Amino acid sequence: MGATVTTANSEEKTWGGGNEPFRASYGKLMMWFFIVSDALTFSGFLAAYGFSRFKFIDTWPLADEVFTHFPFMHGVAAPMYYVALMTFILIFSSVTMVLAVDAGHHMNKSKVAFYMFLTIIGGFIFVGSQAWEWKNFIKGEYGAVETKGGSLLQFVNDKGERVALADFAATLPEYRERLERSKGKWFSEESALPSFSVAEVQAGFKAHPEILIRTEVLYKDDAAAKADTKIDHTLSKHKHKTILTRAESEARLANAHLVVEGANLVRNEYGSKLFADFFFFITGFHGFHVFSGVIINIIIFFNVLIGTYEKRRSYEMVEKVGLYWHFVDLVWVFVFTFFYLV
Amino acid sequence: MSHEHVSNLKRIWMVFGILSVVTIVEVILGIVKPDVLHMNNLLSMNLLNWIFIILTIFKAYYIVWAFMHMEGEKTSLRWTVVAPVIFLVLYLLFILLVEADYIYEVFKNATIKWNF
Repeated sequence: MGATVTTANSEEKTWGGGNEPFRASYGKLMMWFFIVSDALTFSGFLAAYGFSRFKFIDTWPLADEVFTHFPFMHGVAAPMYYVALMTFILIFSSVTMVLAVDAGHHMNKSKVAFYMFLTIIGGFIFVGSQAWEWKNFIKGEYGAVETKGGSLLQFVNDKGERVALADFAATLPEYRERLERSKGKWFSEESALPSFSVAEVQAGFKAHPEILIRTEVLYKDDAAAKADTKIDHTLSKHKHKTILTRAESEARLANAHLVVEGANLVRNEYGSKLFADFFFFITGFHGFHVFSGVIINIIIFFNVLIGTYEKRRSYEMVEKVGLYWHFVDLVWVFVFTFFYLV
Repeated sequence: MSHEHVSNLKRIWMVFGILSVVTIVEVILGIVKPDVLHMNNLLSMNLLNWIFIILTIFKAYYIVWAFMHMEGEKTSLRWTVVAPVIFLVLYLLFILLVEADYIYEVFKNATIKWNF
């Protein structure tokens, strides 16, 4: 301490209080530090996602086969377009936010209010889009079967195109009632039953000789894979999921014990169980940030309307929520890359 | 900075243009997946993924520098915010991804089948 005392005079002027060493107000500085910690939280999540993905690199689901929906285009495979649209909505709401901040610098109250309003609308559209994306993800499209060993089997036809369970599963004269809490003893219950039983899928598979099984494993177009007689080498493509021969498909399906439709936190029809968990957790946490951002924006919007910042002669509060809003956009840019592109 | 009171509308729209163009390029690459990029690896990741990651960082730079107006802040504030994030993220990624690759190898070479 003794050594620092000698230089304390000049230090005192900078750090002694009463001025702003970073030339940013206390509130703005704290918003920056909050953003640093939140950025590290999201980095932790995305790094954990990367960990699981590298761990199961050969069996991880392919994003452009999972997210293929677009509003009003039912049955059309449109990978990426919808998330691209969501990205534009968020980038555009960032632009209107920064325009609001800019109008604030000119003390233009009506313009600030107008741009804040547009930002809030953009935020709502984004959260709504996210909900629609979740709905499709949870509902699923084709359905799959899980084996006793925990791996997932999907179905394709003789052209290698995906086939839904409903397209081939047989209807057997069997009946299974869902155990609900009101019917069970000691509050025992089970989750919703799938539309088909394993036996129905197996019977339907037998009746349709053109149907083959596609595994989770990525096909590698090399000599070692070519020697494998269990794989249908004409249908399997490099860096796509492996399609098995009919004989091997039958052998694998005999080992099935669960029908999987859509996604929940335990299993999903897309592949690796962790995939859905990370999807729900990371996009959910981001969606929660967008939602709270919208709420904060609404509060500030009303403050602008009643003239709080006009009285203060400074629209810095708009700048601070702007920082948060841009941060949410920034996180989405990374989520978009690591969930949908890479 | 806020004291200057000059409108930077032009810059805002220019950055919006850059971010849009980069996003469109990413989406096109993601749909087409050119074989030249998708099938060639650099440091155990294909070139397409490297391009996506570089473009993402490029977008992140524009969002932080232009929209969050980092370019108008003092250098000390810039470093205080950006340096810890970059250092810690690189460190975390290094540890986790190397470990993940190790576990992948363990599963792959094990005598016990874990997923069948």
